[in-house]
Amino acid sequence: MRHRQSIAILALVGWFVALYLGLHALGIGGELKCGTGGCETVQTSRWAVLFGVPVAFYGVVGYTAILAVTLVGLQPAWLARRGPSLLVAALATGGVLFSAWLTYLELFVIDAICRWCVTSAVIMTAIWLVSLHALRTPATRTDP
Amino acid sequence: MNRFYVMLGVLTLALGAMLVYLLQTNPSAPRAATEAPATVVDDGFRGYTIGRDSAPVEVVEYVDFECPVCASFAVVQLPTIKEQLIATGRVKWRYRDFPLNIHKYSFFAAHAAQCAGEQGKFPEMHDQLFGNHRWAQTGQNPTGLFREFAKTAGVDVARYDACMKSGRFAARIEFSRQEGLQRNVNGTPTFFVNGTEVRSSRLPTSDDFKKLVDAIPVRRK
Repeated sequence: MRHRQSIAILALVGWFVALYLGLHALGIGGELKCGTGGCETVQTSRWAVLFGVPVAFYGVVGYTAILAVTLVGLQPAWLARRGPSLLVAALATGGVLFSAWLTYLELFVIDAICRWCVTSAVIMTAIWLVSLHALRTPATRTDP
Repeated sequence: MNRFYVMLGVLTLALGAMLVYLLQTNPSAPRAATEAPATVVDDGFRGYTIGRDSAPVEVVEYVDFECPVCASFAVVQLPTIKEQLIATGRVKWRYRDFPLNIHKYSFFAAHAAQCAGEQGKFPEMHDQLFGNHRWAQTGQNPTGLFREFAKTAGVDVARYDACMKSGRFAARIEFSRQEGLQRNVNGTPTFFVNGTEVRSSRLPTSDDFKKLVDAIPVRRK
């Protein structure tokens, strides 16, 4: 249960980070509060949009899915089942690979680092690690 | 369990409040020449060019003056391209405006470049805007700074001021942006070589453009 609670909290924070970047991509909120010019460089590059959709929205969708599955997995009827843990691990694996590709672009193609993007990558990696740990831990029923 | 949901709720409220704070915009931008007009009319203008009209290859660049990648390209790659391809008469370079709506002053900067262009100083203003690109990172109103750029570019400042105040090239800039959208431009800089979009996993370099131009067969008259 602790694993799922931790993942829910991380996914919630990641969702807000992705939403902030997504709203910025729609022109809401002016310039990114970044501290350096790196965020603007990354967000205005041609890699900030994938299939016509700002990359940040893929993050919003990913975190929403992880959060939803985790919250379902925290319901008493699902606590002892491995299904939610497996699904979250699969989603997080996709998220980590996507984050790794974006970080590679920042470091070696765009030559700029967006702190918010790095924050999201760190959160997704943490979710992935916790989800893997959850899979290795036998599920125990913990009633409220 | 209930404590967890209370904590999740508190965290949601805290993060929501932080998001609202982060989205607080800076003071409003100067009104004139900052936004697209309600109606856009094609005035027949298709962008300022550098290079000879007889050049066999035309490169169209969709550009956003506030875009850091565009600035990097203009400062690092373009001088070599000018030397190798434009000055030698092989390429004509055409600029089309594509101000991104995520940038506060890119439309305003495009308008400043158009007002300088009206006086035959587009390339000089282009170099000023990209060569001193720190303005794009400060988030501060660049009206005075652009005026200084115009002066340095050799523009008649009184005419420039009147042009900026009237915002008379706003429709032209928006037309260019809409043209870009129709050509599936979704970021800047985006390049077309003789009408074909340059697709690359990274920002094209001067070497990439040389290879592209070398690969185009020269037509003999």
